[in-house]
Amino acid sequence: MSTREQLLPYGRILRYQLHERLTHWAAALSFIYLMLTGLAFYSPWLFWLAIAFGGGQISRTLHPWAGLIFAGAVLYMYVMWARQMRTTAADKAWWSSIGHYIRNEDDQMPPAGRYNAGQKLLFWGFVVCGLLLLLSGLILWFPEYIPWNLRFLRYLAVLVHASSALLAIGFFMIHVYMSVFAERGAFGSVIRGDVSIAFAKRYHPGWYKEIVGQSSTPRK
Amino acid sequence: MSQETLRIQKISGHAGTVPGEDAQREFTVCKLIDATTCIGCKACEVACMEWNDLPFGETVFDNTYQTMPETRWNFWNLILFNEHEREDGTLMWLMRKHQCMHCAEPGCLAACPSDGAIVQYTNGIVDFQQEHCIGCGYCITGCPFDIPKMNPKTNRVFKCTLCADRVGEGLEPACIKACPTGCLHFGSKEDMKVLAEGRAKQLRDHSNFPNAGVYDPPGVGGTGVMYVLHDATQPELYGGLPKDPSIPWTVKLWKGPLKWLGNLAMVGGLIGLFVHYLRFGPKSREEEFEGKHEGERP
Repeated sequence: MSTREQLLPYGRILRYQLHERLTHWAAALSFIYLMLTGLAFYSPWLFWLAIAFGGGQISRTLHPWAGLIFAGAVLYMYVMWARQMRTTAADKAWWSSIGHYIRNEDDQMPPAGRYNAGQKLLFWGFVVCGLLLLLSGLILWFPEYIPWNLRFLRYLAVLVHASSALLAIGFFMIHVYMSVFAERGAFGSVIRGDVSIAFAKRYHPGWYKEIVGQSSTPRK
Repeated sequence: MSQETLRIQKISGHAGTVPGEDAQREFTVCKLIDATTCIGCKACEVACMEWNDLPFGETVFDNTYQTMPETRWNFWNLILFNEHEREDGTLMWLMRKHQCMHCAEPGCLAACPSDGAIVQYTNGIVDFQQEHCIGCGYCITGCPFDIPKMNPKTNRVFKCTLCADRVGEGLEPACIKACPTGCLHFGSKEDMKVLAEGRAKQLRDHSNFPNAGVYDPPGVGGTGVMYVLHDATQPELYGGLPKDPSIPWTVKLWKGPLKWLGNLAMVGGLIGLFVHYLRFGPKSREEEFEGKHEGERP
């Protein structure tokens, strides 16, 4: 989606369409529930989280269903965005100047497209973790139906589920930090869908050029 | 043995110390099953269902004398029948009373995430507290003996309690009381060890079972249920009794190092992000994007 229809009045650019925003929030809200109830089952010191969500039994019953919502949302994201998330030559240059990015020297970063290389890594991280969590989660959902001679699947699933969840929580923390605290304007883009031209020029100059390049008659 | 034996020494999914831990000197109880004198009468199966008021379920015929292929959430005590042909062509008909082994280091308790759903009393009995069970089934994964079984209707897990209610009152478990041949014994772990070793020696010295021995696997810290076997070198012959059972290594890794590494990484990550914000702050201020460019048209 890079057309002149993305140029909105008052110097704003449409970054996420409604269905993209809805998918994002289906994934985000289910992930937060999954993370908090999952942490309750992960450590006795956090079991109070399960109590806060209505008790251990309710948390255990709803956790896998929330997992299906999350998996469905991630699958839809994959269909929407996988093509845009392919690694390009510019991404390698982006990674080699990651130090500038960390020090907020964004003017010294190679220009990014709709997504920079870091965002692409988060996307693929969530896709891979989501797949691992889904597969291991299905085994953990119905352990009593795994035959005794296939018990190694259960043994594997507990380890895979916990480690991929920890990895996903790491990605989640970076994602929330970047979008809520570091890049002002990013959070609004996933609520109302638009960003300012200054935001687009600063963080996604490649994407901005794509849009204005196709825009011969700016909308009033 | 008094009701005080039902003091708890290990709690599943519990943050902090166990109240009452080490407050009492108590001996560990043990059930000894002499598989060499079991006649497969199934009196223990009936006694177990009677005492625990377990509902009658359908039996399953699978061309053996077994009541059903494996234990169920409401059938905790099962005699396994196995026909074994020895090298000299003679037949051995092996019977083993299969139930919870009441491990000293229980895999179910280690895997359980719910505070107080699985406890170990100071007398060694491992007991499920269904009102705290959340139905996750992690205990099924932690157990090397395939013992915990889920009630699909209530989503709670059940197993043999070693008749903790009877033992607390100074009685023996119901199965022990029902056994007609005296192949089941109950007492302190120390006493049962002496009894078991004596019987194994008798089998070796006088009954032509040179490999007779006691099953008390050290991989789970020893068990609260021991067996005397004709051939202790091949426990698998007795309906798949594992030779060297232990808590699965993935469960140990998951509940051990992974937990501490994960906690460290999560706390470290939060601190790292916070420090980054204090050091570098946001990449831009809202005002840079709002207002200044308002009205600008591309």
